[in-house]
Amino acid sequence: MSRSKIQPVVNESGVEIKTLYTAHDVLESGGADESRSGEAPFTRGIHEEMYRRRPFTMRQYAGFANAAETNERFKYLIDNGQTGLNVAFDLATQCGYDSDATEALGEVGRVGMAVDTLRDFEIAFDGIDLDRITVSLTVNGAAAVMIAMYLVMAEKRGFDIKNLRGTAQNDILKEFIGRGTWVFPVEPAVKLVADTIEYCADVAPKYSPVSICGYHIRESGSTPAEEMGFAFAIAKAYTDAVLARGMDIDAFANRLSFNFNIFGNLFEQVAKFRAGRRRWAKIILDEYGAKDPKSGWLRMIAGGGGFGLTIEQPENNIMRGAYYALIAALSGAQTMALCCYDEAYTIPTPKAQRISLRTMQLLIEEIGLADTVDPLGGSHYVETLTNQMEDKINEAMDWVDEQGGIVKAVADGIIQSKVSQHAFERQKAIESGDLRKVGVNCFQDGDEEKPDVAMHPYDESGAERQIESLRQVRDERDGQAVDRALASVHRAAEAGDNVMPAIMDAVRAYASVGEITGTLVDVYGRYEEKFVL
Amino acid sequence: MSPPKLKVLIAKPGLDGHDVGAKVVARALHEAGHEVIYSGLHKTPREIAEQAVAENVDVIGVSMLSGSHVVLCRHLRDELMRVGLHDRLWVAGGNIPEDDRQVLRQLGFRGVFATSSKLADIISFVNDNAKVDAQ
Repeated sequence: MSRSKIQPVVNESGVEIKTLYTAHDVLESGGADESRSGEAPFTRGIHEEMYRRRPFTMRQYAGFANAAETNERFKYLIDNGQTGLNVAFDLATQCGYDSDATEALGEVGRVGMAVDTLRDFEIAFDGIDLDRITVSLTVNGAAAVMIAMYLVMAEKRGFDIKNLRGTAQNDILKEFIGRGTWVFPVEPAVKLVADTIEYCADVAPKYSPVSICGYHIRESGSTPAEEMGFAFAIAKAYTDAVLARGMDIDAFANRLSFNFNIFGNLFEQVAKFRAGRRRWAKIILDEYGAKDPKSGWLRMIAGGGGFGLTIEQPENNIMRGAYYALIAALSGAQTMALCCYDEAYTIPTPKAQRISLRTMQLLIEEIGLADTVDPLGGSHYVETLTNQMEDKINEAMDWVDEQGGIVKAVADGIIQSKVSQHAFERQKAIESGDLRKVGVNCFQDGDEEKPDVAMHPYDESGAERQIESLRQVRDERDGQAVDRALASVHRAAEAGDNVMPAIMDAVRAYASVGEITGTLVDVYGRYEEKFVL
Repeated sequence: MSPPKLKVLIAKPGLDGHDVGAKVVARALHEAGHEVIYSGLHKTPREIAEQAVAENVDVIGVSMLSGSHVVLCRHLRDELMRVGLHDRLWVAGGNIPEDDRQVLRQLGFRGVFATSSKLADIISFVNDNAKVDAQ
């Protein structure tokens, strides 16, 4: 290629990248934030000492088949130095169906562990110290029930719920945009999220009942700036719903957490996180007037994103994972997770999980990523790009406002269309070679070698065994207590009260996911998808 | 000569919420000049067959990424036969391991496309294999 004509470079969020950055660019874009780490607006990090005090938590996503097999995998990961858990549930559980529902056909124990009643939680976390290992529940449509199961299980094992830490994903608005495990229509679904925030602030104040996910919006096609902007719009919608109940912002804002994606350009991602921390602090501290600086912390898990990985030359995904982990560490994420190299094919093998874990451990032990805070701070390029990414995040939030707000944009399917249009353009750019993917549209293997990936075995008889144990619980439990508890759930939902206390009682009585969710569906109805091509 | 305009149903059987691929393929077929209907998520095989009949589509394309494709396609085959759509083009796509692709072809899904498939290949397969108003 001729060097005489330099091609323009524009990052995914739409910022044009210069050949060289100087102090002048930093000034012109708004200047570098002079605050220290631990000081609002937290551009450099939410904690003063960041990884020097505590390295990032490593929290690989795991779960399959049933509670017993998942418990075994959890213990394997903990024995290998993992410091947190992230539970994968099967799709029936995530969508609020029991394992014996017709809708659960083919899905029981497939992409995560099957849960029907509290009994499954008791088995899944058996022998795991919930004070030492924090647990994240990746569930949304049925999140209220799963949070209740987690709290009741911990309570029964003698843990003090007031001090229990942990996270539920419970971000239903993004679920309508990407990922798709919704149950209820948009408005009652948001009400249910507010119920969990309000309830946990009172009963389990150290528990994070919601983790707002830009992650899946990015997977579904958005730019990195939109990922963050749309996530903030969603977080504001939950915040508004809770404030409308008369709660004080400082009583719950510090328990909101976030989940963001990492793939693509390193500097764009680092700038996204630095800009995002600053923007969120301004939203909570300036716009909402929170008094406690901790309320403005952008606490997050950054995940090495599945979309970046390829089915072609899967071993390359190990290297991609290493770069994504590096980006997460350079960005000051509190928690990190990586999709495994075989994940485009199958549920990861224990070996693939261990490679991901070791990738993150290497950064701390060998590469010096935990030595100092925000090591890229002060770079002319990164400081300029941080300012420009903040502008792009603002543009994305303004766009949502122009659509009438995030709840309306989701309910009308507008945001889904926008994101899906991006995904289409992204796919065309990959196929045309404009968006380079190694092994896909450049540096392909000529010999079509069959990839060396071991498929996760799926035991077809597992569903029957899960259904059998559900029947056993149904036989053993006090049926009248279940009926009374479900009637209370129904009454609370109908009255518009916070349904969490009633759900807790139903869980204690071993009511099932399907029974509790079904009771709520009777009142709230089911979501009818709107999507315009 | 441009291929005749087809009516295509892109559907998501089961509870899998990964709809990026289904929507991308729907947009690509639309851009290629076909009329495309998207079922939305969480559809049972029966619901998909009934929608296919009601809309009298030429092509039924299903997308599955949760691993339950064999079970779902077996049920969908039964439902499509029941409603008399044996003569339409059935296509499946998603996270489908190589060994299972042959299983789905034997069930009657003539085109099976893994996640690494190119849009152009999907479009030309549909253009070459679907018949307008097959009934």
